[in-house]
Amino acid sequence: MKKVLFSLIAALGIATGAHAAGGGMAWDKAPVNTTDKASLQNGAKLFVNYCLSCHSAAFMRYNRLKDIGLTDQEIKDNLLFTTDKIGETMKAAIDPKQASEWFGANPPDLTVIARSRAGHNGTGADYLYTFLRTFYRDETKATGWNNLVFPSVGMPHALWQLQGERRAIFEEVESHGQKEHVFKGWEQLTPGAMTQQQYDQAVGDLVNYLQWMGEPAQDKRKSLGVWVLLYLALFTVIAWRLNAAFWKDVK
Amino acid sequence: MSETPIDSGKRTWLIASGCAGAVGGVAAAVPFVSTFQPSEKAKAAGAAVEVDISSLKPGEKITVEWRGKPVWIVKRTPEQLAELPKLDGQLADPASKRNPAELTPEYARNEWRSIKPEVLVAVGICSHLGCSPSDKFVAGPQPSLPDDWKGGFLCPCHGSTFDMAGRVFKNKPAPDNLEVPPHMYLSETKLLIGDDKKA
Amino acid sequence: MAAYREFKELSPNASAGAKLTNWFENRFPTAFDAYKVHMSEYYAPKNFNFWYIFGSLALLVLVIQIVTGIFLVMHYKPDAAKAFESVEYIMRDVPWGWLIRYMHSTGASAFFVVVYLHMFRGLLYGSYRKPRELVWIFGCAIFLALMAEAFMGYLLPWGQMSYWGAQVIVNLFSAIPFVGPDLALLIRGDYVVGDATLNRFFSFHVIAVPLVLIGLVVAHLLALHDVGSNNPDGIEIKGPGKPVDAKGHPLDGIPFHPYYTVHDIFGVSVFLFIFSAVVFFAPELGGYFLEYNNFIPADPLKTPNHIAPVWYFTPFYSMLRAITSEMMYALIACVVLGAGFGVLKAKLPGFIKGGIVVGAAVVIALMLSIDAKFWGVVVMGGAVIILFFLPWLDQSPARSIRYRPGWHKWLYAVFVVVFVILAYLGVQPPSPVGERVSQVGTLFYFGFFLLMPWWTRLGTPKPVPDRVTFKPH
Repeated sequence: MKKVLFSLIAALGIATGAHAAGGGMAWDKAPVNTTDKASLQNGAKLFVNYCLSCHSAAFMRYNRLKDIGLTDQEIKDNLLFTTDKIGETMKAAIDPKQASEWFGANPPDLTVIARSRAGHNGTGADYLYTFLRTFYRDETKATGWNNLVFPSVGMPHALWQLQGERRAIFEEVESHGQKEHVFKGWEQLTPGAMTQQQYDQAVGDLVNYLQWMGEPAQDKRKSLGVWVLLYLALFTVIAWRLNAAFWKDVK
Repeated sequence: MSETPIDSGKRTWLIASGCAGAVGGVAAAVPFVSTFQPSEKAKAAGAAVEVDISSLKPGEKITVEWRGKPVWIVKRTPEQLAELPKLDGQLADPASKRNPAELTPEYARNEWRSIKPEVLVAVGICSHLGCSPSDKFVAGPQPSLPDDWKGGFLCPCHGSTFDMAGRVFKNKPAPDNLEVPPHMYLSETKLLIGDDKKA
Repeated sequence: MAAYREFKELSPNASAGAKLTNWFENRFPTAFDAYKVHMSEYYAPKNFNFWYIFGSLALLVLVIQIVTGIFLVMHYKPDAAKAFESVEYIMRDVPWGWLIRYMHSTGASAFFVVVYLHMFRGLLYGSYRKPRELVWIFGCAIFLALMAEAFMGYLLPWGQMSYWGAQVIVNLFSAIPFVGPDLALLIRGDYVVGDATLNRFFSFHVIAVPLVLIGLVVAHLLALHDVGSNNPDGIEIKGPGKPVDAKGHPLDGIPFHPYYTVHDIFGVSVFLFIFSAVVFFAPELGGYFLEYNNFIPADPLKTPNHIAPVWYFTPFYSMLRAITSEMMYALIACVVLGAGFGVLKAKLPGFIKGGIVVGAAVVIALMLSIDAKFWGVVVMGGAVIILFFLPWLDQSPARSIRYRPGWHKWLYAVFVVVFVILAYLGVQPPSPVGERVSQVGTLFYFGFFLLMPWWTRLGTPKPVPDRVTFKPH
């Protein structure tokens, strides 16, 4: 009976898996590797220089950056802008009230942004990686910018100096009897300080940092988990033999 | 258990499970007990405090907060410094020999109880029951003070008196001199209260 | 100073340990008797299988939740302005806080996995049948309390899901005619879910409901031990005519301690392995155990695109959503059919049949006049309440599925599949196909239970053995 049950449920799983609830653009896979300290450090630098002016990371303490291989002095020299105490949290440079006035809403806190943006199309990191690489010029928007994964976003392209300005080319396509705007490609309007490859790499580092910042304990969690499971596997074997030692008496 | 006698097989596995279980139990308890330790937030709040003393004039005192406690920084005049050795006979612990580990760090075990002779750094909490003594820097007779008062501190709660080096006078309710907290000079005019090791 | 009861005296040569034990036994014999009654001399059937581990596991998870909960409360702040921040404080600033938090969030889901499987065991082997009806009823009460506990606990992190999930569910109460809106106001303590709601949910979640849960669990276990455990064969091992050994113990029974204590240690170990795999390697479990939207602080001005309750509520949530105005007609048809059968087929006195007709008419009038939204709430609540009546709905001559007609197994399999489909649909955003499927699923769910008095009597059960089937290990 159990076999029948399980095969029924498995068949259901395959059937429903095929019918994915899609919606919106596909997300690129973010090159996340939270053990790559060099990448994380670069990402931290980008974060502090480009994001912290408007966004806070109010639950992240500067001195936690020691976990990605920075010394207190390195943190103080390169990353401490909005405060002078290394034990403090990363507050935004901007005043939240002013930000609300300028952008229409307070730029959200980014401490756990990588954990909050996961969805059907991929992980939160995938979303952020795609988001930061698909801004395009759009004069119809107040900020002058639009984005492919977050249409009409209130945020301008904070990294435009690195990527340069681009235009998104859309084509009108007939689909299911309706006219749809389909994204076809990019047109570089002005060059940025980085090549496409360099920019993708930089954003990869930044997203890597955001992923790490969302849960700084994640690497320790996984490495500890290996030991815990090893111990429990051993204990299960002992418990199994203990059980057998008693139950052999039961006829 | 009277119906199931313990044979050697059971005993082996009981001992094995007992030991493994005890190890696991202790390992599981460690994280829970550790949550009692001061959190990063508490440690950040208790972090060392930088103080700029460039504008501190002789005879003046400033107070800063460190770990919730008032820390006094007093610039003593040459006259006040000269008086210090003469008071030794009236003090309970003139050489700061009591509880040196808690009250007087190595660099303060001297005549002036400080790194620089003019600048006293002391926690402004009376060693009796925790009130904060008042400044009595002016010499001469005053209420609650002896006629030959040379300057120092008077605790309003129970009348203990301390000299300009924070040393307690004899026969007062307070048993100990004022605590000199860990501190160091980052420069001629910048003090770091709460830390005395190089970062 | 004479003792009011005869103290047992040991010889002066007795060991220190024996003397200490004796000191306690003289003054607290209840504890020693309890150990005998509930552990060393509680004879449980020897043929327990895999399905019988989940009761002990439920008790383990309760302990895990209480212990981790105690430590979380040391750092959590039940204030709308500070709650979200305090959870991140636990995750980052409190040494090992992240582990305690993950154990608690995983434990909440694990509790429901274990409890659903535990209840399913009851269904399989007829554990709710006489004389164990009250054990089952206490269990259903525990299930209700557990749902309340989980619902209120979920508000505490004060994320977007927490806030809007609570808003939606509390608003359900406002669908009740006449008293609804006032009731919702009373629950919330404010016009919308807010700080007042958070504080009272905190109080209920941390102390009020846990005390109720502990009381109910004790009652559940004591009532069970009073009548003795069931087993996969569904036959009684104690009582007149049942074989006993020389000492009077049931031949098909074994003392709970040491046999089931060591057996449970093994079961617990396997469970902890799976539990730890989730805690250390997949605490979010794809957004089902820790929902992604809940990493956004609650915003009363912005509803997330897609709100769904946590997975363990979704089967019932599907049923709630299935009750549309269209569905009301299907339900009215069911009431008519039910009343029709009652009047034509049942052997009941005339005046009761008359009552059935009048009752049906009243119910149909209400169903036509009150919003489908309200009936959705009734159906959702009814889906849980109907479980309480299971001991009286099941009229099969054979208690255990092992001896029921073979096709019963298929019916149970379909029930499980329907329940899982309803759960899945509850997580998805509403869709026309989803709506139809959940409507069919809801009808099946209720049909399964309400028609039990009829279908459990169909077919011929297999001969029930008089001794349990047991293969020596």
